[in-house]
Parts: sequence; C-alpha cells; structure tokens
Amino acid sequence: MSDTASIPVSAPSLHTPFHDAHLAAGARMVDFAGWHMPVNYGSQIDEHHAVRRDAGMFDVSHMLALDLVGFDSTVWLRALLANDVARLARANVPGKALYSCMLREDGGVIDDLIVYRFDDEHYRIVVNAGTAAKDVAWMRKHIASRGFNVSLTERRDLAMLAVQGPKAREKTWLALPELKTGSETLPPFSGVQIGDFFIGRTGYTGEDGFELTLPAARATALWQALINAGVKPCGLGARDTLRLEAGMNLYGQDMDETVSPLDSGLAWTVDFSDPARTFSGRAALEAHPAAHVLLGIVLEERGVLRAHMPVLTAIGAGETTSGSFSPTLEKSIAFARLPLNTQAGEKVEVEIRGKRLPARTVKLPFVRHGKVLA
Amino acid sequence: MSKVPSDLKYTDTHEWIRFEDDGSVTVGITDHAQEALGDIVFLELPEAGRKLADKESCAVVESVKAASDVYAPLAGEVIAANQAAIDAPESVNADAYAAWLFKLRPAADVGTAALLDAAAYQSTLAEE
Repeated sequence: MSDTASIPVSAPSLHTPFHDAHLAAGARMVDFAGWHMPVNYGSQIDEHHAVRRDAGMFDVSHMLALDLVGFDSTVWLRALLANDVARLARANVPGKALYSCMLREDGGVIDDLIVYRFDDEHYRIVVNAGTAAKDVAWMRKHIASRGFNVSLTERRDLAMLAVQGPKAREKTWLALPELKTGSETLPPFSGVQIGDFFIGRTGYTGEDGFELTLPAARATALWQALINAGVKPCGLGARDTLRLEAGMNLYGQDMDETVSPLDSGLAWTVDFSDPARTFSGRAALEAHPAAHVLLGIVLEERGVLRAHMPVLTAIGAGETTSGSFSPTLEKSIAFARLPLNTQAGEKVEVEIRGKRLPARTVKLPFVRHGKVLA
Repeated sequence: MSKVPSDLKYTDTHEWIRFEDDGSVTVGITDHAQEALGDIVFLELPEAGRKLADKESCAVVESVKAASDVYAPLAGEVIAANQAAIDAPESVNADAYAAWLFKLRPAADVGTAALLDAAAYQSTLAEE
C-alpha cells in the first residue's frame, strides 16, 4: 500500500503558538505551507460532526494578520482589491468584514482574503499562509508604485483560533466570560477588539462561530479553557471537508494565478459597480468575461471525488477542482469547473480511474448551518 | 503504537498476509496503514478470477483525505473480495486484521522469501 495523495512531512517547519497543545492532544501532524500543523487528532469525521452539531476549534495561526493604518487606507484598498471596501463604510457596522480576491493585472488570483474595517484609516487584513510572503510583497510594491500614505504591519506576534459550530459562541463565553458582553450582539461577518482579543464572527465552515486573534503568550491558556468548556480540537482534514460542504473556495485548488475569479465561482466578490474604480485586474476581467461556471457535484455511486477528475456534461467537458467524502451527506462531493451554461440539477459523468460514474450538478453550498441543501 | 500480530507476514508497502490451511492467502492492510490513512470511506477491490502479478496494483483504499493503492503481495488468482468490508469501509479502521480485503490462490511457483515477518515489518515502521 502506498499513499498517492498524502502530504509529505518535511522538517524543519514553523510552529504556531498552539504547537505543544496539538502534540499533547495526540495530533497527527503534517507540513502545511511550511507550518507543522494538525491534520487530525482522532477520527476526522468525528471532528467534522462536532462542528456541524456542537463546537470545534481550529488553529489558524499559520494565516497572516496584517494591520493597515494611514490616511490613504481606503483609497489604497479600493485600488488593490476586486471587491469594494466602500461597501463596509456603507454597512455602518463597526468592524464589518469583506471577502475579496486580490488580482494580478491579467486577472489571475494572487490570493483570497478577509478585510475588517474599523474606520477609513484602520483595517485588519487576514491572508492565507501559503501565499503570505508573495501577498505582502505585492501589497508593498503596489503601495510604493503610487506613493500611498499607508503603513502595513505583519502581526506574527498574534495567535489565531477559529471556534466553530452551533454551540461555538456559547462555549467561547463559558471559557472567556469577560468577552461575553462585548461580543454578544456582534453581527455575523464583523469583528470587535475587546482588550487583547480581536473577535470576528467569521469562519470557514458554514456554521456560526468566532475567529479569535490574541497575543501568542495567551494561546495555551485559551486552548485549555476551550477544552474545559467542551470544544473539540479539529485538524486541517475536517477544516477541508467542512469548507467543501459550505461551498467555500480553497486558494491553490479552486482558484490560483492562472484563472479568473469569474471562472471560479467568485463573480459575487468582484465589484464593478463604481465605473471610476480601477482596481488591479479590472481591465482584464472586463475584456474576458466568464467562460466557465463553478458548480457542486454529488456522486451518485460509491467512490471518492478528488481534484482534477474529468467531468462530462451534455454541452462539454470540465473538471473537478476540489473533492472529498462529505460526512454530512455520506456521499462524495466536489466542486467542478464546467462549461458556462451548465445548470444545477443536470446529470453528468465523472471519470474516476478510467471508469465513468454518474453524478449530478447542484448549487453551492451543499450544507449551511447544519442543514443539507444539495 | 500500531499492532503487528506475530502470526502474519507483511510487505514494506503495508499489506498483511495470512497463509491459510487450504493453501490460499488472505490479504489486508496493516494497523499502521489504516491509522496513517484516517477514516476509510471507500474500497475498490479486485474481482474473483482476476490474475495478479507480484506487486501489481490491484485495489484502492480511500480515506477522507487520501487514496492509496494496495499491491498484490504475491502472484496469484483472486478467489474472493470481502463484500462486508466494501459495505462498511470503516471496519478497516476498527480492526485492520479482521477486515481482510481479498483472498488469493498463489501461483504454483510463487516465492515467499521477500515477505517480512512481524519483527522485520516492525523495524520498517521504526525507520519511518
């Protein structure tokens, strides 16, 4: 027997502030984007169900938080990002968050990220681990090219932990009662600073919950308090099946520098509404409208869908971009990049190891707030 | 620490082999292999009658996170696949030595010298 799709373990890799806690919890560790991270602690499926039904926690300290300060912050972000941070001021919710792609001039996706707005001169940005270095380099070059009056600070001094699930908020308040008053009325997709903690009501699972950002020195105590409150440690394995069910793209798999966000199910994150806003990649996207649609696929027979499997539709071929077994549906699911006019509810075939198996297309997401939608 | 029963033979690709009294051999994946794969959700096993060469890729074990090939530990003809394991792939996680994958009738001139005993297999795990 040999692994054909596992992630090789290589040393030396970076440790997050939760590293010792993972080892103590019996994690199976892998190298992920240069970080030594937990892939699972016991059963990955049990971890998945804990988040759908109760509460689980994920170390996301490998991702990079950046603080943006300065007079030109809003002007700069409006030129940098495909989504428009002007929406955040209009929302009139302090700490409101926006999901966006950052594009090359040719429209390829450099990364996807979250930006929280405190006011027009203060933002917090969170980017992926594997792309952090090139993201920061791109941002600094973009700032310098037009002399924007902003300063960008990398916050590697912080730990980040996502607590997710229908009981996530309640159990977080049990562990950290001092946070309750300040975060009880926090609206979805926004964040608030309470003392040393930044609390975002955001996540990557399709469930309610928080993403907590805190000084690294407080990480171990937070972890233990959440364990005591009954929050289950969850690894990257469950994180991937949860985001897949929730219809959320993974950078490097569902989109990258070679594809347009319009071909990756991300048209809803590209804001063309202000004709005067010339963000990086805009001209290329306007010259090349979408050629594909990203849909969900549910396999009708036994088997497991993975990335890069051919998909045959009535109007042409496409391929899966991410795939796995869905613990909630108890079937295999995938995202697939398909010919533009492919609709949800169509019968298609997926080629797995030379065999064609029946599947159907569905609208994303597959699951939201514990309920199967597909 | 994964289990390595002393009455079985092994390969360095993490299959276990049991020689039965009727001359057939039973093949599965080791406890170490199931633990490394994590939650197993799908098995693709060879059909009875298929002739396998030594080390031929002949089955696939898929966990939530990865697909892994299983190799024939000996040349021979498949005489049975374990339908109960196909129907409940998680049984391989529960007990990798009870949930066998397939049975072979070894080819007449087959050599078994390349197979590992429990101690030799255990030492390959120590090196990983």
